Amino acid sequence: MLSRIAESLFWIGRYVERADNTARLLDVHLNVLLEDPWVDEPSANASLLNVMNVSFEPDAVLTQRDVLATLAYDPEQLSSIAGSLMAARENARRAREVISTEVWHSLNTTRMELRRWTGGHRRPHEYFDWVRERTAVTRGLASATTSRDDVWNFLELGRSLERADMIARLLMTRSLDGTTGPDWTTLLRTCSAHEAYLRTVRALVVEERAAEFILIDRYFPRSIAYNLNMAEEFLTRIEGEERNRTLAGRAQLALGRARTTLEYSPVREVLDDLRNQMQAVQQACATASDLIRDRYFLPDATVAWNQEAL
Amino acid sequence: MTDAATPWSGYAPVAAWDEAMDVHGEVREPYRRVYDELERMSREDLTARAEALASTYLAQGVTFDHAGEERPFPLDIVPRVIGSDEWDIISPGVAQRVRTLEAFLADVYGSQRCVTDGVVPRKLIATSQYFYRAVAGVEPANGVRVHVSGIDLVRDSQGIWRVLEDNVRVPSGVSYVLSNRRAMSQMFPELYGAMGIRPVLEYSRRLRAALAKSAPEGVHDPTVVVLTPGVYNSAYYEHSLLARTMGVELVEGRDLETVNGHVFMRTTAGRRRVDVIYRRVDDDFLDPVKFRPNSSLGAPGLINAARLGNVTIANAVGNGVADDKLIYTYMPDLTRYYLGEEPILPNVDTWRLEEPEAREEVLDRLEELVVKPVDGAGGKGVLIGPNASRAQLAEARATIQRDPRGWIAQPVIQLSTVPTLTEDGLEPRHVDLRPFAINDGEEQWVLPGGLTRVALERGQLIVNSSQGGGSKDTWVLGGARQWRRHRAPVEGRIELSGMASVPQSSHPEDVAAGQQQQQQQQQQHRQAPGATEGTSC
Repeated sequence: MLSRIAESLFWIGRYVERADNTARLLDVHLNVLLEDPWVDEPSANASLLNVMNVSFEPDAVLTQRDVLATLAYDPEQLSSIAGSLMAARENARRAREVISTEVWHSLNTTRMELRRWTGGHRRPHEYFDWVRERTAVTRGLASATTSRDDVWNFLELGRSLERADMIARLLMTRSLDGTTGPDWTTLLRTCSAHEAYLRTVRALVVEERAAEFILIDRYFPRSIAYNLNMAEEFLTRIEGEERNRTLAGRAQLALGRARTTLEYSPVREVLDDLRNQMQAVQQACATASDLIRDRYFLPDATVAWNQEAL
Repeated sequence: MTDAATPWSGYAPVAAWDEAMDVHGEVREPYRRVYDELERMSREDLTARAEALASTYLAQGVTFDHAGEERPFPLDIVPRVIGSDEWDIISPGVAQRVRTLEAFLADVYGSQRCVTDGVVPRKLIATSQYFYRAVAGVEPANGVRVHVSGIDLVRDSQGIWRVLEDNVRVPSGVSYVLSNRRAMSQMFPELYGAMGIRPVLEYSRRLRAALAKSAPEGVHDPTVVVLTPGVYNSAYYEHSLLARTMGVELVEGRDLETVNGHVFMRTTAGRRRVDVIYRRVDDDFLDPVKFRPNSSLGAPGLINAARLGNVTIANAVGNGVADDKLIYTYMPDLTRYYLGEEPILPNVDTWRLEEPEAREEVLDRLEELVVKPVDGAGGKGVLIGPNASRAQLAEARATIQRDPRGWIAQPVIQLSTVPTLTEDGLEPRHVDLRPFAINDGEEQWVLPGGLTRVALERGQLIVNSSQGGGSKDTWVLGGARQWRRHRAPVEGRIELSGMASVPQSSHPEDVAAGQQQQQQQQQQHRQAPGATEGTSC
């Protein structure tokens, strides 16, 4: 596959997943602001923007409105829902000939309907529901219409990587400044994991068990370890026959190290240092993403052409 | 027609040839069914369908860039119908034209026999800005230079089809033919089925086959790519549609590199050889080594690779010399000269302004003629005498005198009209037709129909989409009859009746006949003895 197309596919996977998870994350955040009686709203908001790596005026008093304007509605901001959906569609346009018509339609109509929501900035919860539905439709169509070749591998590689990264960011909201953060039941619900948790653990929600479930459950598709593992798996498939017999690729190394750190550390230890641990996961995802770009997307050497060289 | 609400009320042909209705208001035969179908609808119905059509286009991303904004490509709701008998003139006429153009190009970049024999003046070729010495002597693999062409036709006020323009560089618009058809067949399924319209879908398959056939010698399973200038090009939609429906890669210049005279594309699995490039990039931008040194749309070394015969560029570089509007005036002579045939489709009468007598006559009658630049495209620079102001005429006079080689003049042709939905219901609007032909070296196949462009404003004669024109789905009749004639032989047909069908399985508890009913009955039975028992459950 063309490197340029592969890169677009990788980013379609990431942006769609990002829009979905940002909607989930904002939904929780709005709930926390409503329900936590001792919340210091401006610092909680600032802290959330910091988690999402969005820059803001350091002395500004950030309201809920500001957070939504930045993370939900800003079409220029690639960390926002609107921005991710727009960017996913632009990438799909570039890779139009390799993605299926259904997936393209879904992304294209999503972008067109987006205006309806971003215009008034009202009813954020309905907006989040809509985003979750549209991204689910897109993923479902992609799954039903894409051959399991490199097109699929790059889409899914991007998706798993982004999901691991976003869940790590979501867990960081446990320790936002100015608030006690969402409880574990809320976090489980946000990851659509509550029912699965109850069925698997067969117990009420206790911190350690809940954390384990979201961090390292092997079977739940929204646990961090599951997604890191999937990303490694897709990298292996992309490598195909070129695979080195002893050494895993450097991107796999970064991901595998992050995954095993979570898997082989006592859960209490991870919880006591949640912020740093989650930052390490995000760092691993970023490193892997860079290594994937260097290996698959960049040309060997950019040919600079000028006439004098003749 | 008495009911004021039908879309047809008030429809009356103007001065030009109307393809749907003759001067007495009688509906012409090919349009019969379309007429009846539309007459059954109210104006609101028709407008509602037109809006539905526009919104599907927006959803599908069938758009073009207009001043930096993505707009749905305008498709009129009323199809244009071409009778089978008319198509029997157009199709061979276009094929003949393509054969002439091929012969001319082969000659121009070869021995230039047409010059030595005095058919075409040498000066004409030497002064054409699209004659590229860089490709002289390059012999294409299967002798084809015009793999894809778009021959623009118009119908004059007598109903005669005439060639207005040849496009053998990178003719565009075929994607709209394909997507218009898809949208319209969904909008009028009844009509579409009943009328026996010739299908257009095989275009991509034909194109791919023709491109594969043009691969360099010795390549058995050639890698074909479509080369696009990129996502910001106004025809990007078309490039990606063609790549998608042919099942080939869509590449940009930066995806290609040439090494030792071979062309490769950069993939996730390293370099891959490219054998045939269907390029949608203009000649000048193809290769910074040979042409514009600052172009980043092509790949350095491409022309050299083509010269070495390691890659086929389609359409060939340098084709522009043949669709120059001055060469156009020699086309009927060239058809006789190369093919020994009379041209099937006549040209529009044209004055060559570099000939002094012609120039004199034209300058005298400028206000009743159309003046066009010889290398223009997209309706740019065209001056329509009757609509021009005094100042514009004076300016045109000066320009012509300064550069007579650069201009031609034609009488104003009243392009034929076709009913088109406007804010005031159906009205006649001027149209032209661009049939597309694919040459695979053995056969010149003409896509049944082609792109009909329509000028959406009343009286407007320029139909280009860059000038606010729209399009129509073009229906060529005679498909179904043909199909009936070539019925599959009896032994080839699948006998459905004799085959035992395999039952569709489902969850046993759902199929157990009447079980659900039984359970319900039981419940009722249990509840029946008395309400007192029921409350305890």
